[in-house]
This record gives sequence, C-alpha cells and structure tokens, in this order.
Amino acid sequence: MLEFRKDLFADERDDNLNVIGKGEQRQDMLGHVTGRTRFFDDHGFEGLLHLKVVRSPHHHARIRSIDVSAAERAPGVKRVIRAQDVPVNKNTLLSLIGFGKDDEPTLAVDKVRYKGEPIVAVIADSDAEAMAAVKLVRVGYDPLPAVFDVQEALKPGAVVVNETYPGNYFEYHDKYDHQKLRFGDVEAAFRTADHVLEERYQMSPIEHASTETNGTIAAPETNDRYVVHSCAQGLFFSLGTTAKILALESNRLHFIGGTVGGGFGGKVDSLTEPLAVLGAILTGRPVRYVLGREEEMQFGSPRGAERHVIKDGVMRDGRIVARQITSYFDAGAYTRLSSYGVVKCVAHMPGPYTIPNVRGDAYCVFTNRVPATAMRGFGVTGLDFSIEVQMDKLAHLVGIDPMEFRILNAYRDGDMKAHRRVAHNTALIECVQVAAQKVNWPLSETARRASSLSGGGGPRAAIPPTVTDESGRIGRPETRQAPPQLTPGAAPLPAYQTPPAVPIYQPPPAHQPVAPLPNYPSQPAAATPPPAPVPPVPAPPAAPQHGAARFSSVFTRRR
Amino acid sequence: MARHQGRGMASINYPIGMNLGGDPSQALVHANPDGKFTVALSAIDLGQGMKQVSRQIAAETLGVPIEDVYVDTADSDTGPHDMGSFASRGTHRVGNAVIVAAKEARGVLLEAAAEELEVNADDLVTDGKGNIHVRGAASKSITVKAASQAAQFKQGKTISGRGIFLIPLSNVNPETGEMSPVTAYAHACLVVDLEVCDETGDVKVNKLTSAYELGRALNPKMVEQQLIGGAWMGMSHALYETPEPYYPNPEHGGRDYNEYLMPGPGDIAPHDIAVLERPAPDGPFGGKGPGEMCANPVLPAVANAIFNAIGVRIDTLPITPEKILRALKAQGGARPQVRRA
Repeated sequence: MLEFRKDLFADERDDNLNVIGKGEQRQDMLGHVTGRTRFFDDHGFEGLLHLKVVRSPHHHARIRSIDVSAAERAPGVKRVIRAQDVPVNKNTLLSLIGFGKDDEPTLAVDKVRYKGEPIVAVIADSDAEAMAAVKLVRVGYDPLPAVFDVQEALKPGAVVVNETYPGNYFEYHDKYDHQKLRFGDVEAAFRTADHVLEERYQMSPIEHASTETNGTIAAPETNDRYVVHSCAQGLFFSLGTTAKILALESNRLHFIGGTVGGGFGGKVDSLTEPLAVLGAILTGRPVRYVLGREEEMQFGSPRGAERHVIKDGVMRDGRIVARQITSYFDAGAYTRLSSYGVVKCVAHMPGPYTIPNVRGDAYCVFTNRVPATAMRGFGVTGLDFSIEVQMDKLAHLVGIDPMEFRILNAYRDGDMKAHRRVAHNTALIECVQVAAQKVNWPLSETARRASSLSGGGGPRAAIPPTVTDESGRIGRPETRQAPPQLTPGAAPLPAYQTPPAVPIYQPPPAHQPVAPLPNYPSQPAAATPPPAPVPPVPAPPAAPQHGAARFSSVFTRRR
Repeated sequence: MARHQGRGMASINYPIGMNLGGDPSQALVHANPDGKFTVALSAIDLGQGMKQVSRQIAAETLGVPIEDVYVDTADSDTGPHDMGSFASRGTHRVGNAVIVAAKEARGVLLEAAAEELEVNADDLVTDGKGNIHVRGAASKSITVKAASQAAQFKQGKTISGRGIFLIPLSNVNPETGEMSPVTAYAHACLVVDLEVCDETGDVKVNKLTSAYELGRALNPKMVEQQLIGGAWMGMSHALYETPEPYYPNPEHGGRDYNEYLMPGPGDIAPHDIAVLERPAPDGPFGGKGPGEMCANPVLPAVANAIFNAIGVRIDTLPITPEKILRALKAQGGARPQVRRA
C-alpha cells in the first residue's frame, strides 16, 4: 500500500508535470519478464576459456613456496597466472580519486592476509578443468597469528595485518589514526546533564546476496583492444581500475555493462575484471571469470562490521545536550572503500537531531578477514541502528514517548549541523507525524503542531566555541585513550562558507515557503523548541585559524 | 509459552550522493531525423530503474512523449563518463546531467521549429504529445518529427545536447570534521509491529508502517518497489543474516542460500507507506533518492519493538532467536512494556 501526502510541502512543488510523477513502465521490462535481457554472462564467445583462482586456506600466513607445475600440465589448462604476471600488482580502489595508499595485490605476494585471498589464477578450456587444476597448485604456508577484533587490532603490539598501514588503522590527513568530529564541548555538557547513558552497539558483516554473482567476460577485440562484459556498478570506475592494474591506456578497454542482476554495493570492487582481461591478454582468447555462489558468499567482499559506542547527556525535559560517538569500522585486510565509509559516518553524526555538543571519533581498522566494501547505506546503516536504539533508551530513561522525543530533538530548517553546515529542506518531523497518524500513535498537541519549517535557526544556528585536541596522532596509540587534551587557546572556528550552489530545479513562481500546512498549522510560541543551551566557554582564544588551514584535505595523497 | 506483541519506531535521514561530492555524471542526448531521442549514459541499472528514471527526466525536459525517448547506457565507447550507481547518487547526479543535456537539445529543437513556423523560438511551447506550438495559439504548430526532419535535411542543425553534473569535492577538517558532505537529505519514520515467542525466541514481523520523504517520487511505482524491497532487506539485516553469526569469530559463514539465512516469502510483512515530497532545491525536479535509505529505519525499529514486546535490549545484530533466549534467561523472563495504540 502506498499513499501520497500531497498536502505536505505542496507550495514547494509543481505537480502539473507531463511524465514526472507517473508510474510509467520501465523501458526494459519486456526483456526482463520474457528472459531476453542480456546480462554480462549472456555473451557467448567461440573458444571461451574459464578462469578460477587458488585461494588461501589461512587467515594470515607467510607464503613459503608456490609450485604450479602440476597445474600447468593438467588437462585443458591454457595458462597459469602468478603475481609476477600482473603488471601493477598493488592498488587501492579510491586511488582513482586520489584517496589512500595502494595496499592490495591482485594476486598475493609473500603473504596472505585473509582466508580466501587469491594467490594464483588458472585458465582452462572448461570450468571443471580450471577447478581441477586449481587443486593441483601447491602452496607452502607458514601460518601467522591473526587478529579479528577491531579494538584488539588497535592495541599496541597487535599483529600487523597490512604492512602499508602498520598500526592497523587507515591514516587520515597524514596526521591522525581516525577521523574526528568536534562541535562544542561534550565533557562540560556531560557534567551538567541530568542523565548520562553510554551504550555499545555492534553490526555484524552482511553479504550482498545479489541474484547474479560477480563476474566478467573479456575478449580480444580488433585493433589491439579488449571488450569487457562487466557487472560493475561503476563502469568507468572498473575500467580505470583495470587499466591501472594492467598498465593499459584506458582507450584499449571497451567496457560494456549497465544491466546488472543486483549489486547493493557488492559490485564496486572490480573483483573479476582485471584478471579476466589479463587472461585475455595472455591467452589471446576470450576469458570468463565468474564467482561461484560459495566464493561470492565467503570471499566476495561483504558489508563490513561496525561497532559504535554512544554516550549521551540528556536533560529531564528530554533535550539531548551532548552526544559522543566512537566508531570502529572493520575493513578486513585491505582498505577498499571502508576509509570512505568512515568519513561518511562522521558526516552523519549525531543523526538527524540538533545537539549542541557533539564529539565523534571514527576508526577504519584492518583485521584478518575478507576486505569489506560498500553496501546499501554503509557508513550510515549501522550508525542509524545504534543511534535509534539509543534514542529509544533515552526516551525510556526520561519517561517521554519515543515519537515525542524524536520530534523534540529533531533538526529543523536553519539549524547548524555538527559538520558545520546549516540544515535546510528538512522533513524529519513531518515523517514522524505522518507515521504516528497512520498507526494512531497518540501525539501531544505540541508534537502535532511542530514543523521542520519553523523553530529552527536563531541560537540553534550558532557554531559553539569548540575545543580541539591532538588525540590519536599516527604512531602514538597511547594518546588515543587519553582524556581529551584541551588545546591551549583553541579558538572558535570561523563561520562556515556556503558551498557553491548548483541550482537546477526551479519551484513554481508561486512558491512561498513557511506557509501554514493544512494539517499542521504553524506552531504557536509555546511549541517553539528550546534554544540550544549556551555551551561552556573554552580556554581563551589564541590567533584565529585562517580559512586555508581549515581544510587540510583527506585527498592530499593524490598519486 | 507466550507470544508477546510489540511496537517500535525509528526515524532517520539519509545523505543523497557520494559523501563530499567530486562524483560527476555526464549525459548526451540526441534526436534521430524523426524526432526520436536517445539518451547516452554510463549509469548502471541494477534493477532499481536507472534507465527508466533517466528516460522520464529526459522526456519531461524535452517536452516529448516518453515513448519517443530511449536510454542507452554503459558502453564505454559511446556513453560519457559517470562515477557509477552507488551512494544513492544515480537519480540526483545523472538526473541533473540529463536535464542539462535535454535542455540544450530542446533549445535546438525549438529553434528548428521556429524557423519552420517563422516565429520566435521563445514563443514556442511543447504539449508533451509530440507537437510544438506558439504559446496561446495551438493552431500555429509543427510536430516534433517535422521540426527534426527540417533540422536534419533542410537547416543542417544537430538536435543534441551535452550535460554534466558535478558537486565540487569538499575537503574535511582533520581537527573538527568540518565538511560539506552532500546537498540533499531524504527522511523517514517507520513503525514495526511484531510478536516475540518467549519459548523459541522467534520474531514474527506482522506489519510495517512508514512515512518516507523523498523530494519527489519521479516514478511512484519504482519508488514503491524500492521501499518495499528495501524494508525487506532491513528486516533481513535486523533478524536474519550475517556471514559471521558469532562475529568477531570468523567461522560458520554460509556457503549458499540454504545456510545463509534470509526471510522467505512467508516472513514478508505487509507494508503501509506514505510518501512525502519536499523537493530538493538542487534535485532533478526535486528528486532525492530512496535507494539506500529505505532499509535503514527497519533495523532499529525492529530492535525497539522487541524491547517493547519483552523488555530486553539486543544491541548486536542480527537479533537471532539464540540472542533473544539468552537475554530472556538473563532477565528472568519477558517483561512486556507499555502497549502503544
């Protein structure tokens, strides 16, 4: 059942459009329902070869020896690919946008860092022959101790998972072992709060479980090019990654895709493209590399586990005055996209609520498990679970209805967010009101009259004086657990600058914001949310920071 | 043994597009001599409907019937660059690029029509049915087809357009986390009604009720499929699936759909949805993107409903029967909380 609440925000919309807003059938529906749509694996080639990889049975081990002689002589085998055959055998996905250090080989060298890591690839006439030959590859291992818990991995003296990041954490800004968020002064606010609640939340890894597993068919094209039928969620992202690993000019690759049997983030890593194309280059034949279901479930990168520790200060009247979140993202053995998810998580703190004092510390941690990657909402899904269960506990603690509690603390147009940008186009309050209405959840008059359009801004738009600290410098884990060191003379940061606007949508000329809505008349003064408490005054300011110093870039590692 | 009813809720917002920006999408639009349009992209259709939403945005902007537009996507030789389909960026980023390209193509189309009609192009409007006419004078008109043929064979004009949409990359302050993550947020509130069996620890979700604010539902049918499918995934995340059931112990991972638990057809709950539309100032026709966020409110709402039913808090996902039974044992049995409505 789906209904539209056209009465809400009606004056911000032109509903008289021709095609937009109509439930038109998709252009490819007929092909989908008749089974004629072609996915990557529906492209047949004469003389197609099949690629399979040898995977590590150990979570962490030194590779003592690799013997492929028996595999090379096995029936149907056309080629064995070893690490030294990969032109650029070290990459990190986000190097394409200049973020992070190359830390992951296509085929393992010297060491395996997770169970299932590819070591050798075998190409044969049939899937069965390739799988049989994979079993004939002899790899000698010296097993190493492994680390699986993120907080264990961060301890000094922990097993080093990935030598590119010897502290087992991604390095942010060449300075810190995590990404910080500082807004106001949580410690001072905890001291004045009526209640303080600290809780720990854990989200386990998740498999994408797409109908179609990861796979690629690559074939030599005329003119010394290669056609690549790909399931990638980012066509040029995968093309660029493949070109880098194979040291090819990008225009020698002709990627075709766009119709994919489910992704959910599991087809961003280019798990199969580089080896399939390398196989086509080395054999001069079309090569198909497709993960089986078991490979996909066990060794295809999952949504990474997230651990969030939330500490809140709340007043008896329900106002949250401080929120501190410490987050640990389990990246597995290599970075892939986890470093990005961490920054997205920090941007999402403290959730859709206006809280005057917020502190965040988020770590991207390496462990000896399958590298994690993107999945539907990663960086946010686990944090939302944690925040919203915490909100339920807080409401319970202060004896306020959970919906009322959300509305009381909800962000509104004009409020300052913890990452120092003003909220606009908000609608959390209206969503809560409509959901309440649908299930006959009783709301007070004040909650029913609340609106995202009013009551925000003013004192809620202020950037509070903020104390910063030097905790978690790279290579100094002992500073991580230390109480926040108040930087002498930390100054309030300068007012934010509006980012460049990119307006395209033009509301109709009649557009008049802040008109009373039919069901939710603009609220009376009594319903105005309480202004943010005045944050405590920090140490006396020193020289103000300059605009140039405000943005040290996470993207400085362009290489 | 008793089955305890519980109701829980959660509310969320979600950022639209790649965090920090810096993720461009391009679009190319051109007409054949009969006035039929092709939109060339490199966006990926994962089943979410990327092709169709681009098609509707192009048809609306061009002012032509939807049947006259097809989207050709993801051939790197013919489609222009696009970052990809992830981070709820497709509709917002690609949609805006399509608008820019379609506007340019529409401009040439109207110029060609103006030349044939001997009027000023600024006075022309489209009726969305394949005709172009002078504003306020429907009889002074030309078909899109005739205008396109004239452009191609008589006037020598290319009815085409190029579009790109890029939100410049934001930096991040290492000390404070100051940044410009995204420009638009979608919102949701969701209520879960469920029952928990205190003997088996089994949770049965009976009903989902939700309100989603999505900017504008560009295609309501596709929005509905996203919201229903996404909520199912949220339910699965909350109660069923993980490749590491005893994380951080890495063992016991499922190898196939027999071992990897997900809700089956019998576990699907009815979902009653309200859609709110507060247009994003920089979204295509105000659109945001329901793609990722629709799963998110379900996880905490389920956990909160379980607390409401039996009075235990499970803070580690997924909430399996084993965890529920252990928590009930530790608590000394179910303690149902206040019933809501």
